[in-house]
Amino acid sequence: MDFGSTFFYKYRRFVKALKIYLILAGPGLIVMLADNDAGGITTYTVTGATYGYSLIWFLLLLLPVAYVVQEMTVRLGAVTKRGHAEAIFDAFGSFWGWFSFLDLTLVNWLTLITEFIGMTAAMSIFHVPPILTIAIVSVVMLLMVLQGRYWTWEKIAIVFAVLNLIYIPAAFLVHPSVGDVLGQGLIPHFPGGFDSTLFFFLMANIGTTIAPWMIFFQQSAVVDKGMKEKDIPFGQLDTLIGSAFTVIVAIFVVVVAGTVLYGMQIDSAAQAATIMMGINPWLGTFVAIGLFDAGFLGAICISLSSSWAFGEVFGWAHSLNLKIREAPWFYACYLFAILTAGAVVLIPDAPLVLITLFVQVIAVTLLPAALVFLILLLNNEDIMGRYKNTLAQNIAGITIVTVIIILSTLYGISTLFPNLIGG
Amino acid sequence: MIRIEHIFGSRAGSIIRRWTGKISEINRRYATPKIQMSRGVKFALLLLRVYLIVLVLLLGYKFWSMLSGGSI
Repeated sequence: MDFGSTFFYKYRRFVKALKIYLILAGPGLIVMLADNDAGGITTYTVTGATYGYSLIWFLLLLLPVAYVVQEMTVRLGAVTKRGHAEAIFDAFGSFWGWFSFLDLTLVNWLTLITEFIGMTAAMSIFHVPPILTIAIVSVVMLLMVLQGRYWTWEKIAIVFAVLNLIYIPAAFLVHPSVGDVLGQGLIPHFPGGFDSTLFFFLMANIGTTIAPWMIFFQQSAVVDKGMKEKDIPFGQLDTLIGSAFTVIVAIFVVVVAGTVLYGMQIDSAAQAATIMMGINPWLGTFVAIGLFDAGFLGAICISLSSSWAFGEVFGWAHSLNLKIREAPWFYACYLFAILTAGAVVLIPDAPLVLITLFVQVIAVTLLPAALVFLILLLNNEDIMGRYKNTLAQNIAGITIVTVIIILSTLYGISTLFPNLIGG
Repeated sequence: MIRIEHIFGSRAGSIIRRWTGKISEINRRYATPKIQMSRGVKFALLLLRVYLIVLVLLLGYKFWSMLSGGSI
């Protein structure tokens, strides 16, 4: 076979494999790319502006962290056919159930506000007023769920998830030195020594990797998609690919910020996009679109995770495969979350910075509980049968969960008491 | 006997009654944890309780120090 035929054959095979994957891909890819939400993009941007490429190696470590935790939700959802909220109620009783559910509702609503803050800030770069952004976003989010099929919602969400990759062409626009990126980024080291600022950044980066809503969202999505035990390997692959993409996007955000903004005092991704707009309008546009998309992806997943949790706990019909008249409360929760979170952003002089800080603090009250429950449920043979955690999975899971709990708790505490860790 | 409808009006009262009834039903349904309470599970839940109590105390302290003149 000549080179042309071989190339064409391989190309067709690749396209076919990609098509199959895109048909089957779902919760794992969406949740992982939505993990790079407005808060996550801000964290990576500030990390790049402060430390250049020096912490890229640390971002690579987040791949197994994200995968190990989220993979457990795939198995739990596929085996129990229950969302995480319902699973906690059932296994640990009403006290822990109510605690997790109310905490999730509060932290999700606050996080939703931060997503709207990110979206309005991004669109304000294009001179779109916040009220118009919120109105359009709310309508699009509603239309996405009202079409009555989980599958369709998932594929629309994947389109927005893929848009998250816009940071990759953005990085090519800034012409980073590949030698510097690889040389400085891939060799583990602590730039400027291990001080309190660096520790804060490490905590912030790991804190954005796993959020409570991700655990609840993916498990509920797995159930709504109707995944069965036989689909677990596919769900694991989906989660692995999603984890890889989330880290790739994070790295490219750091590369963009590290190239253009290194040494500047940056407080938010929107501020970074505004500066980049002045340097190169295409770059600024890409970064602003990326920030908007990050907020949008976060918003659609977070609002759904709350609605699913409400449905699970109160026993209401809760599926994207149902029409409004079949699951009115499910859609009412979804609408209520969007409208109230959007309204808060529009309140003049609303304490938005305080809300952003509050999210980090409240999240650390829920995340350890959600993770501990996850590990305990995955170790229960009555619930999981032959899909329970193996020894290797437990070693990886418990180690990662312990590290996440310690670092995210320290991050939350350092948000409450900024001078406590290292002065 | 004071009925909830007397305080909130008949419409709001019946809504509140329906919700409290639903919550009681959920509490009854999940009154007993289904997971086997092995030593490991008990220990993990105990640690979680201690963790949350410490965190709530820290939040309370922060709130108190903000009220008494500090700032976040």
